Amino acid sequence: MDRRRQGKRSLPLLPLASAVGIAAAYGLTFFYAPLEAQEGFLQKIFYLHVPLAIVTLCGFVFGGVLAGLYLKTGNPRYDLRSYVAIHISQVFGVCVLITGSIWAKGSWGHWWIWNEPTLDAFLIIMLLYCTYQPLRFAIEDRDRQARYAAVFAITAGVFVPLSMVVVRLAPQYVHPRVLSSTNNLPAPMGLTFVVALVAIALLYLSLWRFEVGVKGLRFELKRLRAQRLEAEQEEAEEAEVMVS
Amino acid sequence: MSATLPQAKAKDRLEEPRGPGTLSAAAALLSVELKLEGRTTELVPGMVLFVLSAFVVFHFALNRGALEGDLAAGVLCVALLFGALLAVNRLFVRELEQGGFEALLLAPVPPAALFLAKTAALFIYLCLLELVGIPAYALLLLARNPVGVLGGVVGVLALTNLGIAVLGGLVSALTVRSRARELLAPLLFLPLLLPLLIGAASALSPLLAGHAPTIGRWLASTGGKWLTVLGLYDLIFGLIASALFDFLLED
Amino acid sequence: MPPAVELAGVSRLFGERAVLRRVSFTVDSGQTLAILGPNGAGKTTLLKVVAGLLGPSQGRATVLGAQLPKERAQLRGRVGFVGHEPLLYRDLTPRENLALQCRLHDLGRERVEEVLEAVGATRFADRPVKELSRGMVQRVAVGRAVVACPPLLLLDEPQANLDPRAREWLEPLVGKESGRTRLLTSHDPEGALREADLVLGLRSGSPVFLLQADAVGRRELEELYR
Repeated sequence: MDRRRQGKRSLPLLPLASAVGIAAAYGLTFFYAPLEAQEGFLQKIFYLHVPLAIVTLCGFVFGGVLAGLYLKTGNPRYDLRSYVAIHISQVFGVCVLITGSIWAKGSWGHWWIWNEPTLDAFLIIMLLYCTYQPLRFAIEDRDRQARYAAVFAITAGVFVPLSMVVVRLAPQYVHPRVLSSTNNLPAPMGLTFVVALVAIALLYLSLWRFEVGVKGLRFELKRLRAQRLEAEQEEAEEAEVMVS
Repeated sequence: MSATLPQAKAKDRLEEPRGPGTLSAAAALLSVELKLEGRTTELVPGMVLFVLSAFVVFHFALNRGALEGDLAAGVLCVALLFGALLAVNRLFVRELEQGGFEALLLAPVPPAALFLAKTAALFIYLCLLELVGIPAYALLLLARNPVGVLGGVVGVLALTNLGIAVLGGLVSALTVRSRARELLAPLLFLPLLLPLLIGAASALSPLLAGHAPTIGRWLASTGGKWLTVLGLYDLIFGLIASALFDFLLED
Repeated sequence: MPPAVELAGVSRLFGERAVLRRVSFTVDSGQTLAILGPNGAGKTTLLKVVAGLLGPSQGRATVLGAQLPKERAQLRGRVGFVGHEPLLYRDLTPRENLALQCRLHDLGRERVEEVLEAVGATRFADRPVKELSRGMVQRVAVGRAVVACPPLLLLDEPQANLDPRAREWLEPLVGKESGRTRLLTSHDPEGALREADLVLGLRSGSPVFLLQADAVGRRELEELYR
């Protein structure tokens, strides 16, 4: 009871912080960060696209870690948290692919080009995670579903960093473009980028927290309802026996 | 009328039976798997036929008689990958249908032994596949004679086979019980294998090029790099998969 | 001496459906528990839970000193399970199947011959299982279960598929004579009552009665199967 009350108190804090963060980040993007020499205004999509990508990938790994905790402790709460983490990352991931496309179209004229190793690895990762829901929901028994989903989440979570590394080594990517060279950014761009990254991360966490809360509640409700139904059924059976 | 069963000549049965070690159990399961494959020949002939047909299809689809370099490496890897898929789809079906999983859960054997056995079996099947497939490839599609660089090719394929076997075993176990097994297994398998594909194709392409370097030079440059990458990838997923397999076994 | 099998309030859910509901009983070492009930009562599921093949969703189960599901690994190799499925590879011969079992239980090769003889399967030991009749397969399945002389036997309708001669033959291995703790299910209440010490009546996953064998009469059976 206490924890739930505590949760309620901290719950508004997280979304508030992310709202402030988002406002700050995109305020900075539009009014503070200087225009990039080559690409101009379009380059500002960088402050949305890259933080989204980083948070998405971290989210997948986070989902894997939570799945590991589920396998270790058997507590179904971790399974729920893992599912939500992956689910939200999938949504963010789609946004990454869309913003990446827009950027590509704007600066190169094509909706998709195979010259950015990070994005290409990202595509592979998204394809892998497309199988998460079909795999999971094909299994009816809840305990087995959670276990299999956890095995997948851990395997895929390990795959994320590995694939990023291997794809980068591939010989076709000799000259990566601006996206991956985040090291040598001038100070104002760097600051904007960091603020954007923090804001997106906060957004992810508040969405995650929120969805875990809602789903957890629905879960509890279903469980209590099932319990009540069983108790009623038993009473009915007992009454029957006494009569006969 | 009936014979009595003498007490089993083993350790004190009331204590926890100290079963065979993982390796010994895996060896027993592997020999059963190979014996069964020999008797029913479900997998290997299908894989070989498929890969040979794939080569023919590529010949017509690409409208080329002879491949070399990047293209040669890519086509070979893709054909082998799809051949492997056939096996992955069916790797654990016998255990599912004939109660192999339950029998194993009742025995004092760590479940990882089954994973080891199946992975080793898949590795062997892939090697058999390549024993036929590489000569066929050289005959049908390759521009140059690969005999000179065979050592390098074998090395790359050995490590790739290992990775395919490990990930194939894991994916197969994950999908064997689901109704949509034939659909899920490829969807799960192919992305996980892409880094291996990149590694194998990148390592093989200089070897299959018109003017291939010597093995020594190749090892010192791309070959060595990619062999290391493949090896590490295999190792990491090998460890993870054998640890996670326990959780897939019970119902 | 602690009881061989002890269940307290064990329930098992498949998805939302409860297949076992708060089943409790205690079986001492050497006793036989007969589980009776109509089709779909959950008898097979109960045996699988005791065998450690399925975990209890709720409640406590202690089998041969191992708390399920946490200590399930301790149970491995100590339970002989004869179920609906023979758990044999169809394309292998009985001899090969038993050889695998022996290797998995770390027993020597001579054990294979001992078991084959004990179940009366020596004459068809080298034909693939898929070519054997159901009665023959059942003999080999029993052999597979008792390879390691397990202290606990779980028998799901063991008499099915067996002619009277086969039943007699296997009696010392899995019958009352074996002296082992046994849990068996049966569709033949009379036969089961003759062998059992304790009887559990199950319907739709819920226990209907738990009585000593001699206390079970026509009324209880009618009640159970109505």
